Amino acid sequence: MSFEFYKESYAGGIKPISIGKGDKAITVGGETCYPFYQFEGEMPHKPKIAMEIWDMAPEEWPAAALEPFKDVVSDPAAWAKKCVDEFGAELIVLQLKSTDPNGTDASPADASATVKKVLGAVDVPLIIWGVANHEKDEAVFKQIAEDCQDVQLTIGPVEDTNHKGIGAAAMGYGHAIISSSPIDVNLAKQVNILLENLGMPMDRVIIDPTTGGLGYGMEYSYSVMERLRMAAMAQGDDKLQMPMINNLANEVWKCKEAKETVEEAPTLGDPERRGILMETVGAVTYLMAGSDILIMRHPESIRLVKAYIDAIMD
Amino acid sequence: MALTGIQIFKLLPKTNCKECGVPTCLAFAMNLASGKAELDSCPYVSEEARAQLSEASAPPIRPFTIGKGVRKAATGGETVQYRHEKTFYSPTLLAAQVGSDIAAADLEAKLKAWNALQFERVGLNLRPELVAVKDVNGDAGAFAAVAKQVAETSEFNVILITEDAAVMKAGVDACGFKRPLMYAATEANADDFGAIAKDNDLPLAIKADSVDGLTALSEKLTGMGIKDLVLDPGSRDPKQSNQDMIGIRRAALKDGNRAVGFPTIAFPCEMASNIDVETMLAAMYIAKYGSIVVLSDFTGENVFPLLLERLNIFTDPQRPMTVTEGIYPINNPDENSRVLVTTNFALTYFIVSGEIEASKVPTWLLVKDSEGLSVLTAWAAGKFAGDDVGMFVKKCGIVDKIKNQEIVIPGYAAAIVGDVEEELPGWTITVGPREAAHIPGFLKA
Ligand code: B12
Ligand code: SF4
Repeated sequence: MSFEFYKESYAGGIKPISIGKGDKAITVGGETCYPFYQFEGEMPHKPKIAMEIWDMAPEEWPAAALEPFKDVVSDPAAWAKKCVDEFGAELIVLQLKSTDPNGTDASPADASATVKKVLGAVDVPLIIWGVANHEKDEAVFKQIAEDCQDVQLTIGPVEDTNHKGIGAAAMGYGHAIISSSPIDVNLAKQVNILLENLGMPMDRVIIDPTTGGLGYGMEYSYSVMERLRMAAMAQGDDKLQMPMINNLANEVWKCKEAKETVEEAPTLGDPERRGILMETVGAVTYLMAGSDILIMRHPESIRLVKAYIDAIMD
Repeated sequence: MALTGIQIFKLLPKTNCKECGVPTCLAFAMNLASGKAELDSCPYVSEEARAQLSEASAPPIRPFTIGKGVRKAATGGETVQYRHEKTFYSPTLLAAQVGSDIAAADLEAKLKAWNALQFERVGLNLRPELVAVKDVNGDAGAFAAVAKQVAETSEFNVILITEDAAVMKAGVDACGFKRPLMYAATEANADDFGAIAKDNDLPLAIKADSVDGLTALSEKLTGMGIKDLVLDPGSRDPKQSNQDMIGIRRAALKDGNRAVGFPTIAFPCEMASNIDVETMLAAMYIAKYGSIVVLSDFTGENVFPLLLERLNIFTDPQRPMTVTEGIYPINNPDENSRVLVTTNFALTYFIVSGEIEASKVPTWLLVKDSEGLSVLTAWAAGKFAGDDVGMFVKKCGIVDKIKNQEIVIPGYAAAIVGDVEEELPGWTITVGPREAAHIPGFLKA
């Protein structure tokens, strides 16, 4: 028997979505095949890496993750600028950790002021990530959406419980949003339907399927992403034909093994390289599941993963 | 190609004698078709039908084992392209390569370092399983000596890499007792390699210059009676190789193409100039269809992330890994020790019990059945609600073992405090830390 290459026929593709404005705007999505299945379709836009910055100095980052940023961690604007100027970031994610009601509970006005500062420092597209507290995120995003109406931000996570408030603000002021659900195809669809009914243009929505850490629930996220892609492409479900984003660094770097010293874990190898490779391996796995935007932290992991994307696509 | 129930039925005796345990031959045929019955349960199938059926009911990707001893491992046997469709069965095997010119002392040091790379997690021992010995100069004696040293002085199983039949023969003589994988039969040496594999009953890899080239070789070797084959389509470019791996898996499953119904092998060590890039390629093959992956080295920092990824991808999605509900004494607790409660999701249990153990503080850990869900998930799904947890504490028997009436709940479950208090009047309900990493500090304070 000679070898016949079985090819999938797709009933739909992923919408290309453009975020940011001007010549630094980027487009993600647009796939007409499963991730890296370019022998039977197209991936017109390479997956992108969004470099993570925090709005407050992180207290629990392992030394390896902190080292490249230690001079800028208490100044989000300088931090963002360093990511762009020194590490070539095409996209920045500002994690609004300070707004957590279980933590420092910074006000929407403070958060918004930080966003403005970061916007003043860099011209790449900016994603703003909340703390997954429904009420607080809603209050914060409403403020930011209004204060920053001259640019296109991408804001999230937006869930079923707060989609109305954040959705309306995003629509009104021209921002894109990240629709989020806890590892479930039906719930992901549900949030998108709610947003569509509200009037949110579906070409400004990115899906956050919820990201589990490497060794800490990644398998669930991986499979739900494959299923989301199948629903979108094999079954042609137009409520799910959006690019996907994974808030990866947060999950990987908080786990115990990313923090342990050589003395604590002699067989886990060099702590710096270990953290970098954990982030990298997690990233490759999520790319294989269909990630379009990966939120990452360490410049070396980012360099590696970009090289991987080039190798597998070109 | 798998047969349908009706096609199988036509080959059965149609006497409905019930000896197979089901009322009719048709019912038995249906069970066979869906993999719920074994052909051997029917004593009356004819030889001819048996031959046809076993051929047709053979799994689409042949399962077999490589190696012997504690690191013996299954490969192949996959039945789906996407893990959520059922599960993946045989985790990608990890190999590190050494050259046949390596000095015995250097090899000894490497084997020792590699052997230490074992990680306990969710009750499993995660570790790599293979060492690939590569012939670098055609010296059969040196090749055999290295193979022998790996086989005899370590738990690792062996991949023998050479295209020279005399060298391969020497390697097989040296370590055949460990059921090594022979790599590789090519168009040029297939007859000799096939003969060695057959004589020694060993698995044999095929290397071709394309997926097309694999088919002819695989058919030839199958014709010689070799059953356990491993496929290398030869591509060393990541993009092409990814395509080949997907193509092979699909053809085997969707087209029932027997010629490619075997596990695959990939060589990141030949595709990159540094271990970091090799690690990323290995990560790709773990997700997409590499059955065996050969790296140039194992280090803690590159192997550990791959083992975690492999654990995740190859965990059975149909049922979460769980531990049994009950009372777990850790560090010899007594009547004055504290009581912590958590869920029965294996990952949660092992993380929490590991931290308690590390603290050395004698502690009772109560594990409540939450259908294998983590703390937050269980809480969100109503499987770790305050009244259930309270009820469980009352009934599990811990009351007879302790004097103090205090129970520590996970920090992420702080919301259930009130309901637990209601269920356990007179008890102190303490909210513990959120992250398990903070448990030792909490217990020692
Ligand atoms: C994987 C996952 C799933 C998997 C299930 C995995 C499993 N077996 O539990 C699936 C996909 C099935 C799932 C489903 C759901 N999920 Co879910 N899921 C996750 C995810 C990504 C990871 C959870 C995990 O495995 N954590 C790892 C384990 C080890 O953590 P853990 O058990 O909490 O243990 C830690 C601590 O609690 C502590 N600890 C544990 N025990 C103890 C005991 C003591 C005494 C102490 C001191 C500490 C302690 O130590 C551990 C390590 O630090 C999280 C988000 C995230 N990134 O965390 C969401 C998350 C938990 N899920 C969520 C939800 C809502 C759901 C669903 C209800 C969604 C739905 N409506 O269907 C369902 C419910 C399940 C059902 N109905 O079947 C929410 C919960 C929101 C909330 N705050 O209530 C989360 C937080 C996601 C989110 N942000 O929305 N989920
Ligand atoms: S044992 Fe064989 S012949 Fe008898 S009912 Fe079962 S399938 Fe039919």
